[in-house]
Amino acid sequence: MSEQKIKNMTMNFGPQHPAAHGVLRLVLEMDGEVIERADAHIGLLHRGTEKLIEYKTYIQATPYFDRLDYVAPMNQEHAYCLAIEKLMGVEVPKRAQYIRVLYAEIGRILNHILNMTAFALDVGAMTPLLWGFEEREKLMEFYERACGARLHANYFRPGGVAVDLPAGLLEDIDAWADQFDIFLNDFDRVLTGNRIFKQRTVDIGTVTAEEALDWGFTGPNIRASGLAWDLRKSQPYDSYEDFDFDIPVGKNGDCYDRFLVRFEEMWQSLKIIKQAVKNMPDGPVIVQNNKVAPPSRAQMKRSMEALIHHFKLFTEGFHVPAGECYAAVEAPKGEFGVYLVSDGSNRPYRCKIRAPGFPHLQGIDFMSKGHMLADVVANIGSLDIVFGEIDR
Amino acid sequence: MELLWDGYIEPLVWIVAKILAIVVPLLVAVAYLTYAERKVIGAIQLRKGPNVVGPFGLLQPLADGLKLFLKETIIPTSANKGVFIIAPMLTFILAIIAWAVIPFDEGMVLADLNVGILYLFAISSLGVYGIVMAGWASNSKYAFLGALRSGAQMVSYEISIGLIIISVLLTTGSLNLSDIVRGQIGGVWEWNFVYHFPMFIVFIVSILAETNRAPFDLPEAEAELVSGYNVDYSAMTFALFFLGEYANMILMSGLCAVLFLGGWTAPLPFLDFIPGAIWFILKICFVLFIFLWVRATFPRYRYDQLMRLGWKIFLPLSFAWVMLVATFLVVFDKVPA
Repeated sequence: MSEQKIKNMTMNFGPQHPAAHGVLRLVLEMDGEVIERADAHIGLLHRGTEKLIEYKTYIQATPYFDRLDYVAPMNQEHAYCLAIEKLMGVEVPKRAQYIRVLYAEIGRILNHILNMTAFALDVGAMTPLLWGFEEREKLMEFYERACGARLHANYFRPGGVAVDLPAGLLEDIDAWADQFDIFLNDFDRVLTGNRIFKQRTVDIGTVTAEEALDWGFTGPNIRASGLAWDLRKSQPYDSYEDFDFDIPVGKNGDCYDRFLVRFEEMWQSLKIIKQAVKNMPDGPVIVQNNKVAPPSRAQMKRSMEALIHHFKLFTEGFHVPAGECYAAVEAPKGEFGVYLVSDGSNRPYRCKIRAPGFPHLQGIDFMSKGHMLADVVANIGSLDIVFGEIDR
Repeated sequence: MELLWDGYIEPLVWIVAKILAIVVPLLVAVAYLTYAERKVIGAIQLRKGPNVVGPFGLLQPLADGLKLFLKETIIPTSANKGVFIIAPMLTFILAIIAWAVIPFDEGMVLADLNVGILYLFAISSLGVYGIVMAGWASNSKYAFLGALRSGAQMVSYEISIGLIIISVLLTTGSLNLSDIVRGQIGGVWEWNFVYHFPMFIVFIVSILAETNRAPFDLPEAEAELVSGYNVDYSAMTFALFFLGEYANMILMSGLCAVLFLGGWTAPLPFLDFIPGAIWFILKICFVLFIFLWVRATFPRYRYDQLMRLGWKIFLPLSFAWVMLVATFLVVFDKVPA
């Protein structure tokens, strides 16, 4: 009898798969249900953001950053604004810094709620998702009240934020922060100690600290592997040094640890939000330099110079001194960096975006090898992948 | 002529009427089970559930049914057409005919078989064919994996269900479902779940697996297999699978009520004036509620974990219980006549 050769089954996972988190396409080579190779195909959401930014003035390019990781839009704007401020040497007023911190942390909670509850849905628990969206809805309203948009905020501007917070918003955020622990505790009780959930996540997709470094993991994914690496602590930007918070660190680097790290981060973000609301300083919310930031409406009514500044800013935009810089923020998904090259004109010469999801996605192959099909889904969920930023 | 009427036609009309009296309410119950599911899970998830079609959304199941009925039945070109169409019919028919032996009240049973439980067991074992055929005939990898999972899962949990049933039978001394219920008359403390409490729990978990419901809904795990074995089905063929699955849920709840919760008997003797059928339906609703509750609460098992639970925990446990019950009955000379 001649020897039979058994071919592995190749399965196409996505892009229209419910657990693909957007438009991920994985080509899975499987031996039965066991994964031999997971080949990620990207590019289905490529919009050429980096190239488009080169054809816009600096202010006009900000909205593109909302559309990268659309789960936590303001965190991306943050990195971009920091990069411009660094190149121009602009000092951001204290109140603007606190507002940015406040909204960056709201963005972190927005992101973690979506990711963790969607992860729960991927392993079969659907209730947390619907609980979480109730809270997300409230947070989206805070976005809306600050800038008028629920999702694509365009609120952070080079030099500060677009407008001051409306009256009463801080009190409402404080009231929200006081009741958010109800959701967190419910979520904790229904999932964290659940045996099935643990069986599905513990020791699945383990990433050692070394592997995490080799593959360029950042954010919660590297912290779950045991490295306390957080840009908010290691190189504080926007007065993060004023805030008292801890960096949760995992031990094993498996799906469960990534889940727990994100969970604890939500508590820490809540702590930061409470501090930011309590200690919010008074003062201007954008730098008082009309070469960078538009003058107030009242000034424009009286001053010719202010009117000219306004006109110049919104037609030609400001010129950024020639040079290059890299600015990164601790976005909810990891280190979100912007590498900006300026040639002294009013448009960026080059704007390279370092999206945290991209290196994370590369890890999917080594994390999934030898696991079962259901574990691939858990891995994707726990890596926190959003295709807006991976494909850019 | 008279002979023809008395001998053939009258019994035929009679039996058809009886069958309709079971099947029509059953299908209505299935329709409203979907409604109840959406309402219950909606409440657990802090949302409203269907509330637009009709008062309180009560016409929603009918609207859904109508939609499925009016849609085009799509048969994939690569599918094996005959098997593809037979599979949902098989699932549906098996889910319906099993009801023949379920006693709704004293004497209210279509076929009072004295091997009723064996019949039920045989029918529910056949149920796996519908799913395996569907997965195979669809000629799709997702459906195929779903069917494989389903086949393995249903076979493994049937074994522990069988052993649990044996331990109940040992105490009752009959394979007739009505007799099993009669053995539990006299109030809630006479019901089998009191004596077989561990097996009651194992049984509930096993019927979740047997009907492919969460947390054992691997064959149709949405997050992994999109929709598993029924991914290529649409319109009426899908509706038949759906009806079959929900009819099976009700059937298994009914079986649970008969075996462990005293069937049609009242929980307290002085409540006897309420008709038995009502008690029976209430008990079914109770078990169904557990189905829905569990679905809203738990994550899904992985395939190998499910198998481990079935073969390494439930099987030895239920087997040990059979031995224990049998030993007890022999030692204390309580073997039912």
